[in-house]
Amino acid sequence: MGSVLALPCGGLVVAKGRVSIVVERCKACGFCVEFCPTKVLALSSAFNAKGYHPPHVVAPEKCSGCDLCGMYCPDFAIYGQRLPAQKETAPAAPLPEVTRES
Amino acid sequence: MKADPRGVLSGTHFIDGDHACCEGALAAGARFAAGYPITPSTEVVERFASRIPVVGGTFIQMEDELAASITLQGAVWGGAKAFTVTSGPGFSLMMEHIGYAAMTETPCVFVDVQRGGPSTGLPTLPAQADMMQARWGSHGDYEIIALCPNSPQECFDLTVKAFNFSEEFRLPVMLMMDEVVGHMTEKVVIPDADQIEVFPRRHTHKSADEYLPYATNGDGVPEMAHAGEGYRFHVTGLTHDERGYPNMTPQTQDKLVRRLQSKIHDAADRITLLEEQQLEGADVIVVSYGITSRVAQRAIEMARERGLRVGKLRLITCWPFPEQRIRELAATAKAFVVPELNLGQMVREVERAAGGKAKTILVPHAGGSVHRPEDILKAIVEASR
Amino acid sequence: MSTLDVMNPVEPFLRTDRMPHIWCPGCGIGTTVNCFARALIESKIDLQSLALVSGIGCTGRVAGYVKLDSFHTTHGRAIPFATGLKLANPKLNVVIYSGDGDLSAIGGNHLIHAARRNIDLKVICVNNLIYAMTGGQTAPTTPGHAITSTSPYGACEPAFNLPHLVEAAGAVYVARWTTFHVKQLARSIGEAFQKKGFSFIEIISPCPTLYQRRNRLGDGLDTMKYYKEKSKVKHGAPTGEVGLTMTGEIIVGKFVDRDRPDYQSLVHAQMVESLGERYVEPSENVCSCG
Repeated sequence: MGSVLALPCGGLVVAKGRVSIVVERCKACGFCVEFCPTKVLALSSAFNAKGYHPPHVVAPEKCSGCDLCGMYCPDFAIYGQRLPAQKETAPAAPLPEVTRES
Repeated sequence: MKADPRGVLSGTHFIDGDHACCEGALAAGARFAAGYPITPSTEVVERFASRIPVVGGTFIQMEDELAASITLQGAVWGGAKAFTVTSGPGFSLMMEHIGYAAMTETPCVFVDVQRGGPSTGLPTLPAQADMMQARWGSHGDYEIIALCPNSPQECFDLTVKAFNFSEEFRLPVMLMMDEVVGHMTEKVVIPDADQIEVFPRRHTHKSADEYLPYATNGDGVPEMAHAGEGYRFHVTGLTHDERGYPNMTPQTQDKLVRRLQSKIHDAADRITLLEEQQLEGADVIVVSYGITSRVAQRAIEMARERGLRVGKLRLITCWPFPEQRIRELAATAKAFVVPELNLGQMVREVERAAGGKAKTILVPHAGGSVHRPEDILKAIVEASR
Repeated sequence: MSTLDVMNPVEPFLRTDRMPHIWCPGCGIGTTVNCFARALIESKIDLQSLALVSGIGCTGRVAGYVKLDSFHTTHGRAIPFATGLKLANPKLNVVIYSGDGDLSAIGGNHLIHAARRNIDLKVICVNNLIYAMTGGQTAPTTPGHAITSTSPYGACEPAFNLPHLVEAAGAVYVARWTTFHVKQLARSIGEAFQKKGFSFIEIISPCPTLYQRRNRLGDGLDTMKYYKEKSKVKHGAPTGEVGLTMTGEIIVGKFVDRDRPDYQSLVHAQMVESLGERYVEPSENVCSCG
């Protein structure tokens, strides 16, 4: 499974996504940061009310909305969602196909 | 509500107490039993296993009494009326789940056909030594109702009553039989279904949004729902609030446990069934239950033939204990004579309730057979002096 | 309403009025709940006919956090309770969500009998190799040499190989994943829902506060990385070969997927054969309500 789709015309669409974080539920276990396939997240230096450093988005453009963060989070404190597909003009050169193991 | 005729074997039968108990359960609407074999109770579920497939329901023999005592509760929450049967050693194993039924307010019936104990004891011989265990066997503060039949006919009647009480008050009800009553064969008349009153499941009529599983209505008994109906409720053995959610604080504990107690205490008058005979002006009152009451009856007649003023108080309900009645009688009677097939269990309640106003004399028997009438008569004569 | 305002898919399954939950930072139980929720969504199961039963322990607390008909029962007895529920109302989809100690120690007898009978139940067993709720005591699944509060010098009992145990007892679907394998786990749970009979999914999960900490195995994240590194997917592996050690490899995958008549089919067939037309189906055990 990948975060890139092949279009019949030969171009590629990169899915875009967005992450939502419920800061107060987070216990900074670090799963989301570690297992985000495109390294969108990092633990912030901010504190939530319980004294944990919740994650924040450091590379929003890399988020594909795969929601692996949401599946990993034991505290139901984060989830990703796909944004409506953006059409892209045909790229200069085809991007390599990327497959991801989870 | 009237009994479902499919479960009612109307007619005059010549059967033993175990078999009559099974018929009582079917008449009361029980359509699920989980059991484990143990003498002298096994016949109840053996009969159920052969009757239920043609009535419509399920019997499953589980791998142990621990399983049986909780499987039946799962069936209750799935919508059935359910029960199990056992004797002393199995009763001991079931104690945790009797507590669970009390805490979660699961209506169900536990039949204990008492035999000699402790431990493996006398599997095929009678005793009445689980009486205190019926009341206090599980940990914590909780209430149960215990009924004691003294004949196969009562094994039928009181089983129906046990189911009705369990549904009305949402708690586990014990039917405390003994090996003699269970294995004695007598005439049992099973009425037509429309002559049998059955208490229906107190199911909520509220919508899923309004329903709170442990909110109480006037009488302290919450309304029930079943799994699969869309209520999405939670049941737990942890101390819980009206939503059924664990809420482990002293305040919630106090509120919950007191309600579990008061729902029975407040209705004790209706629950404590007694058989009274010639209590007016009696010098000596014989307090007995179960098979011992049959022997006591003979002893009482023998005493009366000698001119003694002897009354009979038979405990049909042993728990809650009819302490108010004993207190009243203690004011006028000289003594209570309490024969039981144990070394002193219900006698402690009699003594406690009598409050020293009347003597309390135990006629013990370690179990294995029933008393001789002469033993009880001797105690009555001495008490009359 | 904007298409961007999508809720966390797990949210409708949670009793949000009870959040936050009691599980520790880095504990994997919440992760398994995400996978469970995804499986429910994907399989389009009717939530009204779903009942969840759990025992006592950290994993047992799942029952209290999911917005389903849920039953938090006694220690080790979730399976017989669930059996009663299922037999009284065969239309229910009954899931047991409990821990390794609850299911294989005190509940061991019921585990093997339910598997033997092939009762149509789905068991999700979160195995953190310890009795977590009570403070970290040895469980039948604790690997040799592990330090626990009741084996302070190292566990020395042979540990249960749960997939092997339940396969031998008769389960028709047996899988093991770790909390790292979120996608596969959700898929397995979905497959179990399609299966008629006794299904068992073991999920190896961190207990950072007790098991990992006492054995100096790092925190939850370290453990997840260990799962990623040391897991080997071997679908159909002989269950006798999937035993676990403290730091060795973890064989995961779908080990057993077979067909056997489930308990209720067996009862039905037997009754019809013996009683013919006299047999009355127990499909509606529901009692009359007031």
